[in-house]
Amino acid sequence: MKREMVFNLALLALILGVALWAQASDEPFLITLTTRAVIFAIAGVGLNFALGFGGLVSFGHAAFFGLGGYVMGVLAYHAQTYTPLFEAPLLIQGTKSMPVIWLVSILLSSLLALAIGALSLRTSGVYFIMITLAFAQMLYYFAISWAAYGGEDGLSIYVRNGFPGLNTMDPLQFFALCFALLLIVLLLVSLAARSAFGLALGAARQNEARVQAVGQTPYRLYLVAFVISGAITGLAGALFADLNRFVSPVMFSWQTSGEIMVFVILGGVGRIFGPVAGAVLFILLEHLLGGLSAYWHIYLGAILLGVVLFARGGLYGLIAGREVAHD
Amino acid sequence: MSLILLVEQTLNGLQFGVMLFLMAAGLTLVFGVMGLINLAHGSLYMIGAFAAAAMAQASGSFLLALAASLVCAAFAGVLIEVLVIRRLYDRDHLDQVLATFALILIFSEGTRWLFGSFPLFLDKPEWLSGTVILPFGIEYSLYRLAIILVGLAVAAGLFWMIARTRVGIRIRAGENDREMIAALGVNISRLYTFVFALGAALAGFAGALVGTIQSVQVGMGEPVLILAFVVIVIGGIGSIKGAFIGALLVGLTETLGRFLLPEAFALVFDPATARSVGASLASMSIYILMAGVLIFRPKGLFGSA
Amino acid sequence: MKLKSIILAATMATAATGVTAEGVKVGMITTLSGGGAGLGIDVRDGFMLAVAQSGRDDIEVVIEDDQRKPDVAVQLSDKMIQSEKVDILTGIIWSNLAMAVVPGAVAQGKIYLSPNAGPSALAGQACHQNYFNVAWQNDNLHEAAGAYANDAGHTNSFILAPNYPAGKDALTGFKRFFEGDLAGEIYTKLGQTDYAAEIAQIRASGADSVFFFLPGGMGISFLKQYADSGVDLPVVGPAFSFDQGILQAVGDAALGVKNTSQWSKDIDNATNKAFVESFQDEYGRLPSLYASQGFDTANLMISAMEKADISDQEAFRAALKEADFSSTRGDFAFAANNHPVQDIYVREVIKEGDVYTNKIIGVALEDRSNAFLDACKM
Repeated sequence: MKREMVFNLALLALILGVALWAQASDEPFLITLTTRAVIFAIAGVGLNFALGFGGLVSFGHAAFFGLGGYVMGVLAYHAQTYTPLFEAPLLIQGTKSMPVIWLVSILLSSLLALAIGALSLRTSGVYFIMITLAFAQMLYYFAISWAAYGGEDGLSIYVRNGFPGLNTMDPLQFFALCFALLLIVLLLVSLAARSAFGLALGAARQNEARVQAVGQTPYRLYLVAFVISGAITGLAGALFADLNRFVSPVMFSWQTSGEIMVFVILGGVGRIFGPVAGAVLFILLEHLLGGLSAYWHIYLGAILLGVVLFARGGLYGLIAGREVAHD
Repeated sequence: MSLILLVEQTLNGLQFGVMLFLMAAGLTLVFGVMGLINLAHGSLYMIGAFAAAAMAQASGSFLLALAASLVCAAFAGVLIEVLVIRRLYDRDHLDQVLATFALILIFSEGTRWLFGSFPLFLDKPEWLSGTVILPFGIEYSLYRLAIILVGLAVAAGLFWMIARTRVGIRIRAGENDREMIAALGVNISRLYTFVFALGAALAGFAGALVGTIQSVQVGMGEPVLILAFVVIVIGGIGSIKGAFIGALLVGLTETLGRFLLPEAFALVFDPATARSVGASLASMSIYILMAGVLIFRPKGLFGSA
Repeated sequence: MKLKSIILAATMATAATGVTAEGVKVGMITTLSGGGAGLGIDVRDGFMLAVAQSGRDDIEVVIEDDQRKPDVAVQLSDKMIQSEKVDILTGIIWSNLAMAVVPGAVAQGKIYLSPNAGPSALAGQACHQNYFNVAWQNDNLHEAAGAYANDAGHTNSFILAPNYPAGKDALTGFKRFFEGDLAGEIYTKLGQTDYAAEIAQIRASGADSVFFFLPGGMGISFLKQYADSGVDLPVVGPAFSFDQGILQAVGDAALGVKNTSQWSKDIDNATNKAFVESFQDEYGRLPSLYASQGFDTANLMISAMEKADISDQEAFRAALKEADFSSTRGDFAFAANNHPVQDIYVREVIKEGDVYTNKIIGVALEDRSNAFLDACKM
């Protein structure tokens, strides 16, 4: 598995290198694009925790991505209009502080994932795919008609939220922030995957009966995995909204769920760094193909199809061999 | 709100349900027999509608247009089954989702490339235009009535085919035990191609029928695809009977919810709030229905898989 | 106050790089792929036609496809501003995308010329000296429909629109001018394609007329189903559902319907005649409302270029505000909040040979400005 390790490091070096090179050659947009890839990577790492490690194919992770986005949007909106979020029973003010927004996003996404997971995990297989989609769709239609926060128009917040000691409007500094978060998330996820919990989860994915026999409840393992997964994706949503200084119901749409899933599959399901490679590749394709012709979706479709049919296991499957390390 | 209006709305809900059934039947068959999640089913629906519009333009005949929708969608179905889908049967759902998602991209932009970005024209023929007066004095669109009848006929035909014909027996056998039927010497790959083409043809047919009173445009398939998935999941995947009941349930919930919820909220809230909240809840209603069904029956209403 | 100073700081950080030596670099973000592509293509073609006709070689236009996704639009605007270093942005079709892009772009010191979307926020509280709308404020055509409904003697109207901000604005705009009663008012689901339930309610409501705002495919579906339902109340709507690109798909079901628009291909002035003719020559189809808006947007920009240099933004803004160009709509001026003051016409759908198109039958509102002037503190 040395090759995989080398590739992991090369990938991170590539992301960092592109951002620094862009800064040196005054191409701020390239930094923004890289930041976008980093944020998508975080969302993908989140989904991968449920999908790759727990075998839970969620087609509704847009619910958490969107919730994170709206946490940022709503809090910042109240802060910039100087209106309180709630007055009774207790006064809650908006905020423009990133760390607070992140914490609230993570907390609320976890709660949402707990609720959705608790209900959805009663089902399995295709039913699980579809029930998670159903919950995301409910939030989507709710957001569209939620006039107080812009409905379909979404919410614009003009200036990025603040982080102590940094100028977040500077593309490189915001990139650094996101990149650091990606590293932390990757570290935590790889620790979790190697922990007793991670091993039990992997075992449950492969053979539920055996895990039950040693006294673990698969339902509880899955639920914890789903909550962690939702929390990470929620954090990515908050970052994504901050990157665009804008949030809209599109973040809740089923296409968003599909895209996050594409990052994971493109990179390699169940690989810790898989979604990072997937997100980088996807952004690269979108950017390169977009310039080719007005019908570039055809090429994108053809490439995705090629990956599924001929490159099983995604990029990591090609590079590091088919078997996942801890299987 | 009169009783007659309620009856008319129920009829509208049934019509919507029957239309959804045409879409869902193919989806559920393909899943039941081959274990395949096909997101590109909505593209076949779109292909049917475009083929019908092009044929109607060229020949002026509605019946020929319907025939073209069946043929073209079935042909597209065979094509993608042989080239792509066939390689996905033994993959997990994840690969199937991604591959068929890719097919959506290709079909949507390909259609736009062929037909341009503007919606196409497709209209019902003279002999299906206008309204009829039903019992209790309900004035109802003849074309919608025709959709209900055609849909019911297709449903009956499918039930008959699956219960009585040799192909039907093989399909049922395939649903129960895929390895066994292959071992018994049935040409499994031909059976699969047939089932897929049948599902595609039904979707294309639905696209043509519905496109006639809606808008024939790129992207028309996806919203219906999501609805069709909701239908087959509620009904229990693989079950034609489930798809039928599920389609009617979704059709009625969607139509009556849109109509009754704002009225119900008006009893409690002021009119403006009631309209807005009612409409929001109505747009979520079928997803709430689906989540509710799955929480109490995790395999859908008639699911066994 | 605090917010303004933050924006100013952000502006200073990024504005320093924006100036090109001569000429104008335009970034066009519009919808060129997917379901709504027809509108973006028309705006682009109209805009580029005007640029070509001007014969100037100092206009560079960078065109990108937003796929009708707000986050992509934001990303593209970042790209246009940060790496293409454009002077002027334009092209966005949809209000929700405009809300995502415009406030950020103008805060960074760019000029934005809107060829289509005119959400109320950008006309009111969030108005900006760098934002010019060359099409209409979103409510305008709906207001005109309300005014026309009075003229036509409708006293009991049934109104419907999708349940999203533009839909709510539409009904509000209609009610601002309509003096009769409402037989019913409903919000439909965004993207809905089956209107049997709504049509049944219309039938049962005892209304004497129907007003609807259902853009794109929703409108096609509604009109076809309405024509088939046996309900034959007169229908009024804004031009969006009766546009050149859409009408051919609706067919006979649209014949005779009255719709309100600030433009029509039979507006009688030389500019418009030349525009319709040259657009047909160039692209082989009749121009739409959107094409005319793209064409006017480019001509407005060119008129300002003749008076001022883009590097002197204050002078350039002043030149834009004069609106000293010959519009396809005839008289055109900017109100205090940089939105058009213009006549809004009533058109009727007719058939010319094989082609469905519109004919002007009257003026619904003369020199209409917009309802948000007071809210705009520029």
